[in-house]
Amino acid sequence: MNQAVVVKNLTKKFGDFVAVNDISFSVDRGSIFAFLGPNGAGKSTTIKMLTTLLRPTSGEILVNGFNPLKDQDKTRKSFGIVFQDPSLDEELTALENMDFHGIIYGMENNLRKKRIEELLKIVELWEKRNLLVKTFSGGMKRRLEIARGLLHHPKIFFLDEPTLGLDPQTRNQIWEYIRKLNKNESITVFFSTHYMEEADKVADQIAIIDNGRIIIQGSSEKLKEKTKKKSLEDAFLSLTGKKIREEEASGIDRLRTRRQMWRGGRR
Amino acid sequence: MRTIYVLWLRQIKRYLRSKSRIVGSLGQPLLFMVALGFGFGPIFQKAGAGNYIEFLAPGIIAQGILFTAMFSGTEIIWDRQFGFLKETLVAPVSRMEIMIGRTIGGATIATLQGAIIFILSLLVGFKPSDISSVLSSFFVVFLIAILFTATGTAIASTLDDFQGFQLIMNFLIMPMFFLSGALFPLNNLPPFIINISKINPLTYGVDGLRATLTGSSHFGLKTDILILSIITSIVLAVGSYLFSKIEV
Ligand SMILES: Nc1ncnc2c1ncn2[C@@H]1O[C@H](COP(=O)(O)OP(=O)(O)OP(=O)(O)O)[C@@H](O)[C@H]1O
Ligand SMILES: [Mg+2]
Repeated sequence: MNQAVVVKNLTKKFGDFVAVNDISFSVDRGSIFAFLGPNGAGKSTTIKMLTTLLRPTSGEILVNGFNPLKDQDKTRKSFGIVFQDPSLDEELTALENMDFHGIIYGMENNLRKKRIEELLKIVELWEKRNLLVKTFSGGMKRRLEIARGLLHHPKIFFLDEPTLGLDPQTRNQIWEYIRKLNKNESITVFFSTHYMEEADKVADQIAIIDNGRIIIQGSSEKLKEKTKKKSLEDAFLSLTGKKIREEEASGIDRLRTRRQMWRGGRR
Repeated sequence: MRTIYVLWLRQIKRYLRSKSRIVGSLGQPLLFMVALGFGFGPIFQKAGAGNYIEFLAPGIIAQGILFTAMFSGTEIIWDRQFGFLKETLVAPVSRMEIMIGRTIGGATIATLQGAIIFILSLLVGFKPSDISSVLSSFFVVFLIAILFTATGTAIASTLDDFQGFQLIMNFLIMPMFFLSGALFPLNNLPPFIINISKINPLTYGVDGLRATLTGSSHFGLKTDILILSIITSIVLAVGSYLFSKIEV
């Protein structure tokens, strides 16, 4: 099994609207994989299907060799995730959030305590472990989520826009940790981002998704070569066009979708 | 088992940390007891119905439990808004365990709240018939607490925002309270009100509490417990189903 993720003909429809349209790709074990695409392209929806949060309309998925629909708990134990939106309990302390996670993932007490200390030190939050999360800055919360996602020794780490809204210092720092963990614990990393330079720097493989379809995959070099552009950003723009996505939206389906986003259906 | 425990613990911690919530949710029952208790007491007495505080206190305890339990159940909406729900849904535990942990957690808080209101009622002048009956009332209290936490969870599983919560408050919780016999006896009422009360689960909770705390009851303690148990089982089953269907 050299592939951490295998996806075949994966499709997800919300009503009549096709959010993910017949995509296929695979991610090599131990590699760093970047999933890029404009707003609303279907990145988060794909990640939710890979991580058992959404049922695909059709298609096949293997995560660490497990089928997320059939072997739900085995799949869940084998990955860690940082969601696009915050997911901490702000009324608890950093340590309590970590403990909660370790316990529901069935970790044995001593191992859990040791690993929590180790990870909180890596993300530089050990000193602040007894503070309520609501007193944390955005960057501290993100670092805590990263530490939490890694607590149960996952083989794959999904990160949906992990550096969203963070300053350049924090972003660099976060990629430092992630690269280190990828090397030291040989964790496969699957991330999405809107910062092209991040993907350019850290990703071994890149897939670009647009309107629910994967339009190209390969290394950053290959993408630049194919589009004859100097930077990944220019390559991305030439592949996905310069139009802002919402302007393209037409038809009742898109409208309905957007209304659902307002009502909070998007979470 | 540890999953259920840690979910329970989380809710207790959150409750104990929100001092304003504890104090706030005690103000209302206290107001009801003082204003209504002293206000209607003389009329009640004149009508030959006995001591009003004696009658009212079990009703207000039930009301406190109803509000707290429903609120705890609907905390799912908050967890969804703040994103924490995803953390539990993506963990290698069954939805059933999550539902049980949350329900027991919410019910524990509601029971605590009920106990505090009971103590407040003693200060206002409530005298329960004897001490052993107080202990048996705990069973009824916990049953009501489980029932309404599960009801809150079931409803909240189908909602995704705060507006829905206001609707529940106005069209479910308030009518349940007013039409449960918490404030006035069910004897001699127009038949349509009696019929509404009879399909209101809180009615049996109030009656059961009154039976254990003061010794007088409308339906009898056995009937109350039987009906409450049946409704609770149904709501738990429906709630678990709805909760298992949540997608984020
Ligand atoms: N629960 C849902 N119901 C209806 N439509 C949805 C739902 N979730 C997502 N969508 C729609 O599916 C499309 C893909 O959304 P998705 O969140 O996967 O995009 P994304 O690539 O992650 O975008 P972003 O970069 O903005 O996070 C969007 O048009 C979105 O509105
Ligand atoms: Mg997204």
